[in-house]
Amino acid sequence: MQLVIERGELLKSLSHVTSVVERRTTIPILSNVLLQASGNALRFNATDLEREVIEQTSADVGQDGAITVPAHLLHDIVRKLPDGAQVQIMRDGEHERVTLSSGQSRFALQSLPAEDFPDLAAGEMSHEFSMAAHDLKRLIEKTRFAISTEETRYYLNGIYLHAAGGGEDGAKPTIRAVATDGHRLAHVELDQPEGALGMPGVIIPRKTVHELHRLLEDGGSEVRIGISATKIRFEIGAITLTSKLIDGTFPDYGRVIPQGNDKEMRVSNAEFISAVDRVSTIASERGRAVKLALASDKLTLSVNNPEGGSATEEIDVSYSSEPLEIGFNARYLLDIASQLESDQAIFRLADPGSPTMVQDSDDTSALYVLMPMRV
Amino acid sequence: MPTADVCPRCGDSCVQHRELAGLDIAHVDCDAFYASVEKRDDPTLEDRALIVGHAGGRGVVTTACYLARQSGARSAMPMFKALELCPDAVVMPPDMAKYKQVSNEIRALFLKATDNFEPVSMDEAYLDLRPEHVADNEVAPAVLMARLARDVRAEVGVTVSVGLSYNKFLAKLASDLDKPDGFSVIGRGEAQAFLGPLSISKINGVGAATARRLQAAGIETIGDLRARPEEELMALVGRFGRRLSGYARGEDARDVSTARGSKSISAETTFRVDTGKRAELNVVAARLCERVATQLQRQGVSGGTVVLKLKTHDFKTLTRSRQLPHPTQKADTLHEQVAALIDAVADGRLFRLIGVGVSDIRGSEEADPPDLFS
Repeated sequence: MQLVIERGELLKSLSHVTSVVERRTTIPILSNVLLQASGNALRFNATDLEREVIEQTSADVGQDGAITVPAHLLHDIVRKLPDGAQVQIMRDGEHERVTLSSGQSRFALQSLPAEDFPDLAAGEMSHEFSMAAHDLKRLIEKTRFAISTEETRYYLNGIYLHAAGGGEDGAKPTIRAVATDGHRLAHVELDQPEGALGMPGVIIPRKTVHELHRLLEDGGSEVRIGISATKIRFEIGAITLTSKLIDGTFPDYGRVIPQGNDKEMRVSNAEFISAVDRVSTIASERGRAVKLALASDKLTLSVNNPEGGSATEEIDVSYSSEPLEIGFNARYLLDIASQLESDQAIFRLADPGSPTMVQDSDDTSALYVLMPMRV
Repeated sequence: MPTADVCPRCGDSCVQHRELAGLDIAHVDCDAFYASVEKRDDPTLEDRALIVGHAGGRGVVTTACYLARQSGARSAMPMFKALELCPDAVVMPPDMAKYKQVSNEIRALFLKATDNFEPVSMDEAYLDLRPEHVADNEVAPAVLMARLARDVRAEVGVTVSVGLSYNKFLAKLASDLDKPDGFSVIGRGEAQAFLGPLSISKINGVGAATARRLQAAGIETIGDLRARPEEELMALVGRFGRRLSGYARGEDARDVSTARGSKSISAETTFRVDTGKRAELNVVAARLCERVATQLQRQGVSGGTVVLKLKTHDFKTLTRSRQLPHPTQKADTLHEQVAALIDAVADGRLFRLIGVGVSDIRGSEEADPPDLFS
């Protein structure tokens, strides 16, 4: 194999694929990136066996072939080459050695046989559809903060993506993303893309979610999504991310979304965020409870930390139900409030022991559920 | 990083640092405490390697003096192994009542410096030297600490190492820089540069498992840690990621607090016959979890981290810990995590002892928050 490629092109593709490569792995070839040259194209492939990123870019290929070389090492080398440099990569005769040269620099890298590189992408996709990249990004950004890190509840360690509506009840067909850690739940939906009808509900692992979000940052405008019973594939421009799914059952989240919460509070979201942030300063750790005391058109926020002191703040809200006192984790309140986009937030409450629902005042596509704390 | 030098005028040790006046959190750590106390009481031991711990059979090293450490002896090492490394060491059984007494004498000296200090153990404490807590506001914290170190040596007869900085995390790192009989300072100006190249394992709370997980993500140094967003660290190591993210930037919001009960609660038992079977380990672990949970409820506290301890048939002690998503008082929640830890560690080896404990003790109001799905 022999090819010449511009340093910038090489660096861009390497930085897309190498982030899935584990720094430490017991299987040596997983530290490597697979490079396949043919025609005028160079294809990069990296995997941690749970997910795989493939990218294709153009290169001046002198001789077709495939090699694998240590991914992070290659990335580090290319990063240090000067801007605009031409990089030649070639396999050194019969030896399992790869030479990289650019200007006066020359590197000899250990290689492992390309035939041994694992292939994750194989398999038929049962459903395929396209979405705007910014739509997919929105589904991720609005929900990922609620993903559980609790290993014993592995089925919550991802975003649950599924098709909803479109049934006989006349509900609008949507694609919906849900994430929860048992204490808060985020639920966002968008118009259903054509082809997503009847797709199986899938749980996309947290690490894949972060990887995908990273690739969407500088990827194309359209994403093609393929789903099978065990895998999901995202094609973003020249990049393909394929990931295994979490093999588990996402809980029936519908039953924890409160339907009959009749106490409604409307509050300026910006004011609410700063007030919660201010009073929670007194809590020694950010996990402490903030007490919300509601009376007629008035909300009193308070934090009491036996070791640090106490804080209270009063803000004007719109509230006309009977007085209510309820406690929430300050951090969770802030996480949710910072997802909201409109000026006004709506809190729908029932009682101090039951879940509260939070929504934007002028957008019902996203909703959040928050379990109170004891105060 | 400035450590102590000898003052040209008085011959005493001296420290220079331009931020000295503004640094007001200290960590004071006694040097090889038990061994130092024994050497103090028996001058013939002065030039000999001394190991405090129970000799024979199943004993372990409680403290090794600095001479013994030169040969490789370490605390928590099985005694027979320490004696292989350091055959002519003198071994003495620990005299806890005496150490407690000495520890109280040292604490009395702490109290002369500040009314707010937090003992971490018998031989270690954080001191809050902010103006509202110190007895003598005219004196800079560094001078107070130099006097304290001098007084402890003169009045109690053991040496301490002092770390001075602007929070607990950095103060603790500092006290470790210049042991024994040391004095180190980490100021705001140099904290970032100092932390950058340090290994993540230097962080109090980053054990073997957390270190492995961070390293797998390419994080070797505190500098690497700083380069990652908090969210990513939380994805890697859970809630502890938030604190790590602060540590990496030299931030630590924990207060020095006197009000502090026990540091951990645990229960352990030795098997009548060594076992390596997961099912058997789990049955016993479940019982230990019950005992720990009962203690937690009785004391009105909860535990944020669960610790599994196993001793192999050949006397190696393994400890595995895991931070809980939320502090708990419940045996079931403890056992869920312990079972996962047992699963990862039981690979056919035979164990002679099992222990379950919790650390990171919190109040009961934070325990077991209500869950949407249960």
